[in-house]
Amino acid sequence: MRSNILLSRIALGLYLVIFFTYLLGPLVIMSMTAFNSNPFPTITPWDCFSFEWFQVLANDERILRAILNSVIIGLGTVVLSVAMGLAASLILTQIWPRWRSTYYTIIIAPILIPGVVLGISTVVFWDRLSRILGPATDALFHNGIFLTILGQSTFIASYTMLVFVARLQRYDPGLTEAALDLGATHVQAFRKILLPFMRPAIASAAVLAFLASFENYNTTTFTFGRYPTLTIELAQKVRYGINPSISALAFIIVSLTVFGALANEAWRRGRIKAEAERKGEAVAQGRSILPGFLRGNWAAGALVLFSFVVITLFWTARAYSPEQCKAEVRAAKQAEAAKRREELLRRRAQQRLQQQMKGPDIFVPSGKPAPAGGAAAGKPATGNAPFGGVFDPGNLEGQSGTGEKPDEGSNAAPPAKPSPFGGVFDPGNLANQAGAGGDGESGEAPPGKADDNGGAKPTSPFGGVFDPGNLKGVGGGAGEGN
Amino acid sequence: MAGGIGVDLENLWIRFGDFVAVRDANVNINGGDFFSFLGPSGCGKTTILRAISGFLQPSEGRVLIGGKDMAGIGPNKRPTALIFQNLALFPLMKIWENITFSMEVKGAGKAERRKRADELLEMIALEGQGDKLPSELSGGQKQRVAIARALCAEPDVLLLDEPLSALDLKLRQHMRTELREIQQRVGITFIYITHDQGEALTMSDNVAVMRAGVIEQIGSGHDVYDLPATPFVASFVGENNVFRGRILEVNGTEALIRTNRSGDLLAQITPAARGVLKPGDEAMMFIRPEALSLVVDAGAHEKTRLAAKVVNEEFEGNSYSVFLEGDGGKRIKMSLPNVGQDRIASKGEDLTLKYELRNAVVMPAGELAAE
Ligand SMILES: Nc1ncnc2c1ncn2[C@@H]1O[C@H](COP(=O)(O)OP(=O)(O)OP(=O)(O)O)[C@@H](O)[C@H]1O
Ligand SMILES: [Mg+2]
Repeated sequence: MRSNILLSRIALGLYLVIFFTYLLGPLVIMSMTAFNSNPFPTITPWDCFSFEWFQVLANDERILRAILNSVIIGLGTVVLSVAMGLAASLILTQIWPRWRSTYYTIIIAPILIPGVVLGISTVVFWDRLSRILGPATDALFHNGIFLTILGQSTFIASYTMLVFVARLQRYDPGLTEAALDLGATHVQAFRKILLPFMRPAIASAAVLAFLASFENYNTTTFTFGRYPTLTIELAQKVRYGINPSISALAFIIVSLTVFGALANEAWRRGRIKAEAERKGEAVAQGRSILPGFLRGNWAAGALVLFSFVVITLFWTARAYSPEQCKAEVRAAKQAEAAKRREELLRRRAQQRLQQQMKGPDIFVPSGKPAPAGGAAAGKPATGNAPFGGVFDPGNLEGQSGTGEKPDEGSNAAPPAKPSPFGGVFDPGNLANQAGAGGDGESGEAPPGKADDNGGAKPTSPFGGVFDPGNLKGVGGGAGEGN
Repeated sequence: MAGGIGVDLENLWIRFGDFVAVRDANVNINGGDFFSFLGPSGCGKTTILRAISGFLQPSEGRVLIGGKDMAGIGPNKRPTALIFQNLALFPLMKIWENITFSMEVKGAGKAERRKRADELLEMIALEGQGDKLPSELSGGQKQRVAIARALCAEPDVLLLDEPLSALDLKLRQHMRTELREIQQRVGITFIYITHDQGEALTMSDNVAVMRAGVIEQIGSGHDVYDLPATPFVASFVGENNVFRGRILEVNGTEALIRTNRSGDLLAQITPAARGVLKPGDEAMMFIRPEALSLVVDAGAHEKTRLAAKVVNEEFEGNSYSVFLEGDGGKRIKMSLPNVGQDRIASKGEDLTLKYELRNAVVMPAGELAAE
């Protein structure tokens, strides 16, 4: 009996852990990558703690403009969809009961229609309209902000209407009647009685509308014109490859969300407490060194703590310079590479020695040095990888890759791999610093090519992506020193 | 009561689809009166009130306030104020803002409103509570705020829809007196709705008793109680013993009734049925429990006496209720004031009861109020 309860408790706890990991894990990981100097959003290998991606983000004109567009469109959508949703919900309560469900279905339909369809139809509709009405309307009806606000509001207004309907169901129409009875006009009754009652719902509907607008992609993608929103810009960025400045943005957004949620909770709790105090109820409070606002209000405490952590984080950003660390990492990687090269040379020397002992090898033309054979073997290896080695983590190791290149064979490697994407997604393209830093003899040789271990790779169906050796932190070839 | 604005309903019909909520109501309410509509739940009282205050258009007939036809005039233009069945205080406004809402919509300044609110708060004995919210008041306090809010609008006619129904007995009794006092002080017409006959009788100058959309009787509390016009009114207002039977003879305003189970009894004919009741008609005779008393000597009139056996006796503080069984198994209730007597009777005892002729009324048979 007792153990059963214990068991179910453990199961529940486990479930919660898994659930929250699933829910929040990606966000936490992504936020952490914002602080890794590694040019690809990753936490392994962890190179250096760095704020450079925030710098990159702050200098990214396109992202900043996209955020501005998103905010403008968000605010426009809030105004439009709150107004439309409120009107729709009021009509719903007034309308003849027989027509109510029909009306409701019509009003709710945009939620069920795919956003893509809404986007296309918005563009088409206003385009036609501007043709009918003449060129005077052209500028407005083809304006990206105008179209996006309208397109998004078609379905966001349905969301806000649902919020309003829920609130209106708790409204006593007798209150409006009482106001009228006391001499108020209909407008006054609406403004002084119904509107204040709806205020909390209007606030939540506005937040909902803003968030829905901010994160919308599929409708916006047809309507944005010359005003790309943040989601559009992010999606476009992927085409040029991503870097951790995206993570930096994610970190900022997550921080703001956590901050907002905590602030809201703290404010709410503070108000409940103030209410209780006003009513003269006893509020349990032990002796505490905390100021009154924080007492018995965990949310306020967490808020203060959270703000403190974030502020410290950004404070250190001003004082802290990762340059030394980065130099150290670079040096370490170079040292590692040098060591490996020596190892390699030693091995080859050994092989040569063995071959000489066995006598002339039929597979190796006598004049040719053996190491060249190793490089040649490396070529088919990359060719066999199904994605042309795009996903080979070794590609990311700009510094170390170039550093370890054996001088004898690397020139033989073709500069362009047979990648199906033409190398667009090659993260190596992003590694400008890294690429510049380590270039030894041949600049254009993709770093992954330096893989000498021809024998190991072809056996792996994924081009060695899953090779645990990849995780060891230094270059694709680091692991197989056997 | 001189002055004040009267309200008249002329041939008023109100229908909801096929359902008739009010059927041909004709009422004249004098200015400055305290007038009550009394009736069981669902009989159309609120509907009449809503027609007077302008939330409902009559299907037929007219509503006149101060002699003026109110057709087409909205609720905010009528000189009426309604106190709703559920009070309908504005939950988000402070008490003083609630009270002075009618001034606010007319554009009165804050200082002026505050001053008026303080006056009214004093009148309803809630000084210094103006900054609370309605949710922070007790039921009785809310009640008084609703009254103050309505009075602040300075209406000529105040309409009250069962405003005391949510209160406990003590508070209800207190508020009855208070309402009556307020009404006499401000001197305006009060139209009061209730299903509590005690309430109607205590406060009203005149009462209209309704049943299923029909006004059965209009009159003073005394008229309605002592001389009910219909069996419904007789049985709905107060308690009554009913004796069914047939008229044997009619003699001016008196009639002799052959009751089904209690022999021949004499009663006076209710004013509304005089000249209508004829010998042979089905009739109902009513005698209030407190109008019955024990026969001590044998001198009473033969035809105002009945024999009965005691079934049960209940002590109710101010009175005893004695339940008896008449000759034919008829149930009879008698109520005697508690004046210090030991016991009235013991179970199974045979008693002879008598009544005064003026306390028994007879009328054509009809429907009784539901128990
Ligand atoms: N809007 C309406 N539509 C249809 N029927 C209605 C409407 N309003 C009231 N009725 C009906 O009219 C009748 C009278 O209702 P009303 O509210 O006047 O009763 P009432 O006498 O005030 O009862 P109570 O004492 O319970 O408040 C009821 O049968 C009710 O169902
Ligand atoms: Mg009612």
